[in-house]
Amino acid sequence: MTIASLIDTPSELTDSASSKSAIVLMTRIRLARNLSGQPFPGWAKPAQREKILEACRTAVTAAAPMKRGLAVSVGDLADLEKRILVERHLISRELSGSKQGSGVVISRDQAISVMINEEDHLRIQMLRAGFQLRKAWAAINELDSSLEETLDFAFSPDLGYLTACPTNLGTGMRASAMMHLPALVISNQMEKVVRAVNQLGMVVRGLFGEGSDASGSIFQISNQTTLGESEEEILKRLSGVLQSIIEHELNARARLLEADSGKLFDKIGRAFGILQNGHVLSSSEAMNLLSLIRLGVDLGVFPDAKRSVTDRLFIEAQPGHLQHAQKGEFEPGQRDLLRAERLRSEFANFARPDFTLSANGNN
Amino acid sequence: MANPLKCDLCSKPATVHLTQILDNKVHKVDLCEACAQEKGVTDPSGFSLADLLLKTSLNPDPAAGGMRCEQCGFSPADFKKQGRFGCPACYGAFKGILDPMLDGMHKGTVHSGKVPRRALERKSLYDKLTKLEDDLTEAIRAERYEDAARCRDEINQVRQAVDQKPAR
Repeated sequence: MTIASLIDTPSELTDSASSKSAIVLMTRIRLARNLSGQPFPGWAKPAQREKILEACRTAVTAAAPMKRGLAVSVGDLADLEKRILVERHLISRELSGSKQGSGVVISRDQAISVMINEEDHLRIQMLRAGFQLRKAWAAINELDSSLEETLDFAFSPDLGYLTACPTNLGTGMRASAMMHLPALVISNQMEKVVRAVNQLGMVVRGLFGEGSDASGSIFQISNQTTLGESEEEILKRLSGVLQSIIEHELNARARLLEADSGKLFDKIGRAFGILQNGHVLSSSEAMNLLSLIRLGVDLGVFPDAKRSVTDRLFIEAQPGHLQHAQKGEFEPGQRDLLRAERLRSEFANFARPDFTLSANGNN
Repeated sequence: MANPLKCDLCSKPATVHLTQILDNKVHKVDLCEACAQEKGVTDPSGFSLADLLLKTSLNPDPAAGGMRCEQCGFSPADFKKQGRFGCPACYGAFKGILDPMLDGMHKGTVHSGKVPRRALERKSLYDKLTKLEDDLTEAIRAERYEDAARCRDEINQVRQAVDQKPAR
């Protein structure tokens, strides 16, 4: 598979069939692994990095789920291609900026990506649309075990899998859910939620990880700690936290409808108007408008089938995807014009909002 | 102020004081304006105190200055700079500075999750083989031929077991 054909194939996230879940858009699990007896990527010399890259790439491409996937060195990717992979959550920003001797292997269905020589020798990642922690764990666990057949992982009985940074020691596992929480944002409860979630040993980040903003009311919630608990225990704890955030979001929606449904419908209706008629849209404004349309779908203002359209546009409105679709590189100002044009045409044939149904709080 | 707090990162006067409770333990960090900005402390959504604590808890004592990892040449000063270790063996070499840091960073200090069973089996077989080969050489040198024969038989057994598990 080539990078061009990968980009033109819908990803696990842009695939319209996969948007089943109202609040959890996507589940993701990653495992950090390193080869024993080898320096970590940040400390390895260029020749060592190349050797490690080769050894890992051979093992990963041989694994059953990675057959006929894409295996590429970061140095062979154009800037725009890297940007698109970051926007699809298939590589990290750190990998996209990394030096010689790093690469990525991506499965054909774009559900699995294995980054080589990022912070650790291997960063194995499994993406699943919707709330699928157990399934994602079962699949990534199996892939990890199959890699172990040919690779000797650095491991200590006391500290578990040894990672470049001690914050990943033990299981080396970071499990996260991407959640759409518009009602908690509108009712100013997000700060409270972040604090509570932190106290439970979980971290809240924006859509694109550390330091990114939370435009579109999309947040990533993941486990903070990796040592001292088994993978199953971590997943169980995370799952409990996610369930309770879902409940809070649903309560917040019910309260917004009860207290002032006019104000809420006004937001949704205006978002629809701007998407249909706007001419200049930054990516963060577009995200926020799309988020309101998605909330509208959840509330029954728009048909359920339209949820997949908003989920696809969340990704296609990002700068990399937009420029790829327009076949060129554009200044941010031009991009905002092109983005608005793109959204106008998507929304020209979108269902009209129906505010009568939503009194039932259909979700 | 008689004794103004200093920034944990750069030692300028600290103006941002942060307290976070994680797993019922109180963690405090004092930062100057510039470092707080840089670390994203003002942005509640993108900030992880754990990463900060990791660096600030690391005031390498002068005695540890000359210490280096025998495997990769990494030093505690490198760790302070990068926040990451040099190679897996560093965890053994810098146990002294790692242990206090791990306290409070995670839920516990001992791994209780997945174990790479196959890789460990493979390693223990290789270790056993090395030891048997040493024993064999020693037995032959000391002309203990019965022991030598026993070692040789065991070596053959282990080699067969190794063959059943793909080599590295």
